[in-house]
Amino acid sequence: MKKEVTEGIVLSQKEIAPSIYDLKIETELAQDAKAGQFVGVYLKNKSALLPRPISICEADKVAKTLRLVYRIAGTGTGEMSTLKEGDSVRLLGNLGNGFPVEKAVGKKVFLMGGGIGIPPMVELAGQIKAAAAEAGKADSTEVYAVVGYRDSKLFLKEDLEKNAKVVIATEDGSVGTKGNVLTAVSENNISADVIMACGPMPMLRAIKKYAEENSIKAYISLEERMACGVGACLGCVCKTKDVDSHSKVHNARICTDGPVFDADDVEI
Amino acid sequence: MKTEVTIAGVTLKNPVMTASGTFGSGMEYGEFVDLNKLGAVVTKGVANVPWPGNPTPRVAEVYGGMLNAIGLQNPGIDTFIERDLEFLKGYDTKVIVNVCGKSVEDYLEVVDRLGDQRVDLLEINVSCPNVKEGAIAFGQKADALYNITSEIKKHAKQPVIMKLSPNVTDITEMAKAAEAAGADAISLINTITGMKIDINKRKFVLANKTGGMSGPAIKPVAVRMVYQASHAVKIPVIGMGGIMNADDAIEFMLAGASAVSVGAANFMNPYATSEIVDGIEAYMKKYGIEDVNELVGAVQE
Repeated sequence: MKKEVTEGIVLSQKEIAPSIYDLKIETELAQDAKAGQFVGVYLKNKSALLPRPISICEADKVAKTLRLVYRIAGTGTGEMSTLKEGDSVRLLGNLGNGFPVEKAVGKKVFLMGGGIGIPPMVELAGQIKAAAAEAGKADSTEVYAVVGYRDSKLFLKEDLEKNAKVVIATEDGSVGTKGNVLTAVSENNISADVIMACGPMPMLRAIKKYAEENSIKAYISLEERMACGVGACLGCVCKTKDVDSHSKVHNARICTDGPVFDADDVEI
Repeated sequence: MKTEVTIAGVTLKNPVMTASGTFGSGMEYGEFVDLNKLGAVVTKGVANVPWPGNPTPRVAEVYGGMLNAIGLQNPGIDTFIERDLEFLKGYDTKVIVNVCGKSVEDYLEVVDRLGDQRVDLLEINVSCPNVKEGAIAFGQKADALYNITSEIKKHAKQPVIMKLSPNVTDITEMAKAAEAAGADAISLINTITGMKIDINKRKFVLANKTGGMSGPAIKPVAVRMVYQASHAVKIPVIGMGGIMNADDAIEFMLAGASAVSVGAANFMNPYATSEIVDGIEAYMKKYGIEDVNELVGAVQE
């Protein structure tokens, strides 16, 4: 589907954990949003010109609503957090490739999210469940959401529980396993055939290594400072193992070739 | 109503073009705007071989604009000809290829390769502030600029636009050097070298430490330089630097630009180029202007 800039209407917004906001927007973009894709959110403050790349947490195709869950990281997301019901918001979307949902069908899969990398796992769990049902493989598809938080201020746990078995790690040990998502995997003695992950770079590096050591296919969603969001400016590249077919060098564009990459293909 | 402008014998259907590096070769933004509507597409800088560019982070937002230090990542001339120029053949717009290099020989190789291609104009990048070798090294001293311009002119089959850096003491000296060496036009300004520091991490935001600043905050500097340069030379000046809308584009034309390039605005509004084409026509209707060329340098002294 064609990318476009469109005007969305804010349906609701609330703070669901300290500095974590849950924004629901009515927009046509919801109709063909894929899990792992993102939108660019334009600000009203004209001194801040670039769209903010925010991952899609949930997309309701019927109600045409997108749910964005984000953390306040600076002035742009700070302004976003003041949006109220009825406000209009300019969106650029849908951006990026999204997770390969079909690779999870009929498999045991870990959806690993760390911190503000958790939100896309909500839509991903839902899309995997739907794809598995459609393929008649609901019984053989087992989805674990292995999610890491800083402390007991959890968010999106109930949303994840609708479509996945949720395993929690916290840095301070206040809930679930003390440690990270991989500590939680080993403590709970669970395993998977496929991993799909989003989170901070140290977590993704550890997951890439874990996947290699255990011969598991892993798809990881990368993040980088972006400008255009559509693949033109070459601001947000990551290093690739082989020469990339578009760039002809060892760089791929996170905004268009990604943000989701086969962990084997990128050097992080 | 006449919107055509002629740069070095090449007639553009209107004065609106893209700024190199912000628009790829038009493929990405072609999803948003009809490329046929643009006066010209100016492609991202291309070298003789693929360049990997700089480490990330390569971009940072600043007040009223942004910094970039992409470092001229490009797929090299072979891929560019096979893929990008082939793509542009499908459109009724002029094609201006931005050329970069580390040495004079690099530039000449690209210029030679483009000789028999469907390319209307060459824009020579002697002003990128983000690479260690080449580019701006040729664009900050008048004699170096003169030398590379004359060498390129000996090889070029298409008219040559020299893209000038604002990071110089006297822009008129550079404009005159390019003209004296045979340049057919000049374009300015490239980005202004800047820096941003994260005070919480006490680190540079860009991996390259410095980056080129673009966006609406640099527009007054660019308008001033276009005004000065256009009064210093007889060859056409293509103006750019922070153009966000038709009003900005017209301001550059009044300052002396024969055509304008739209860069960072694409990131903030993917439809910017198309809206500027419409906006210029609306301005012409409003003031009863028959020929867009009447605006060039028409600021009252």
